[in-house]
Amino acid sequence: MSTSPAQQGRNPRLLQPTISMGWWLQRGTYFAFMMRELSCVFVAWFVLYLILLVRSVSRGEASYQHFLERSAAADIVLLNVISLAFVVYHTVTFFNAAPQAMVALVGTRVPGALIGASHYAAWVAVSAFVAWVLLGG
Amino acid sequence: MADRITLQVARYRPDAGPEQTFQEYEIPCRKEWSVLDGLNYIKDHVDGTLAYRWSCRMGICGSCGMNVNGEPKLTCGTFLSHCGSGPVRIEPLRNFPIIRDLIVDISDFMRKLVSVKPWVIRAIEKPLSEGEYRQTPQQHDEYKQFSMCINCMICYSACPVYALDPHFIGPAAIALAQRYNLDSRDEGNAERMDVLSQHEGIWDCTFVGECTKVCPKNVDPAGAIQRYKLSAALDTMTSFFMPRGGR
Ligand code: SF4
Ligand code: FES
Repeated sequence: MSTSPAQQGRNPRLLQPTISMGWWLQRGTYFAFMMRELSCVFVAWFVLYLILLVRSVSRGEASYQHFLERSAAADIVLLNVISLAFVVYHTVTFFNAAPQAMVALVGTRVPGALIGASHYAAWVAVSAFVAWVLLGG
Repeated sequence: MADRITLQVARYRPDAGPEQTFQEYEIPCRKEWSVLDGLNYIKDHVDGTLAYRWSCRMGICGSCGMNVNGEPKLTCGTFLSHCGSGPVRIEPLRNFPIIRDLIVDISDFMRKLVSVKPWVIRAIEKPLSEGEYRQTPQQHDEYKQFSMCINCMICYSACPVYALDPHFIGPAAIALAQRYNLDSRDEGNAERMDVLSQHEGIWDCTFVGECTKVCPKNVDPAGAIQRYKLSAALDTMTSFFMPRGGR
């Protein structure tokens, strides 16, 4: 139970508000928010995964081969697929929120839709560059 | 549309017991009636003991906020005809202590509102003889959206952060601080920053965004808070890298 500081120890005739442990299951938007918070764990996992990849490369070919084999195991593939879904969700919710937090002025105020669209455009551009590097461009 | 509708109204009368109960009232359902009109019908014709707040009936005074079918709404702006065939469940705004029936205690909000100094602050007031402080339409547009707030507290009712941490200063108070910060006539940014840069100020907000969705006046308090965070972070960086140039 959570009581407002303004009312703590005050009037016993007031009915104090309560909040249940499952508050985040009571509304779709609260649930979506909690999933966005949870997505940070998967972002952290991808960072760790990248560090492990770099470390295996730095230790020589055998270590890198072992890393690839381990990465092809079902549990890691499953974890990475789930992580990818969460990271995409994280990105989309972040980009959608960007226009609310940013006010850009170029002469006049840049419309929010343009701020959002520029984030997606940058995402596509970076992804295309990474794809070009990976595919041996 | 049925010509009668049932309202399930939350009742809490401290003299009658410590629990909230629900009472059902069947009332006429007219096309042009808001939920508030329905409550007024009950008060005038069925049960004069029902307690709730209202005043303007036109979305201006901000006093008629309640939970209608689980959603925080201005009851004068919510039509019975939009509530299906009923029953319509009417409860007091969530996250506030209840005084009686549908009336909540707003003193916590009032205290927080004053703490952000929602008025124009000048370092030195110029004498009246020098005339008014002028503003261009563009300067007015900068803060206009945030000035539409009617202090209805619907955003507090929707905010899980306020529910979990009642010390959080909350969406409307921050939006109103931003309304004055963005006003070209105001010079109180630094004073407000002292209150708002505390943990219970802007940093408590985790950007659930629900306050903006439920606001009946399109104030976008969530946007105000995120913009405030951005300017607070820039402020800190400026004073870190340019101690003399920072405030
Ligand atoms: S920001 Fe919107 S919901 Fe919150 S008090 Fe102001 S008008 Fe009401
Ligand atoms: S009665 Fe004034 S806002 Fe509803």
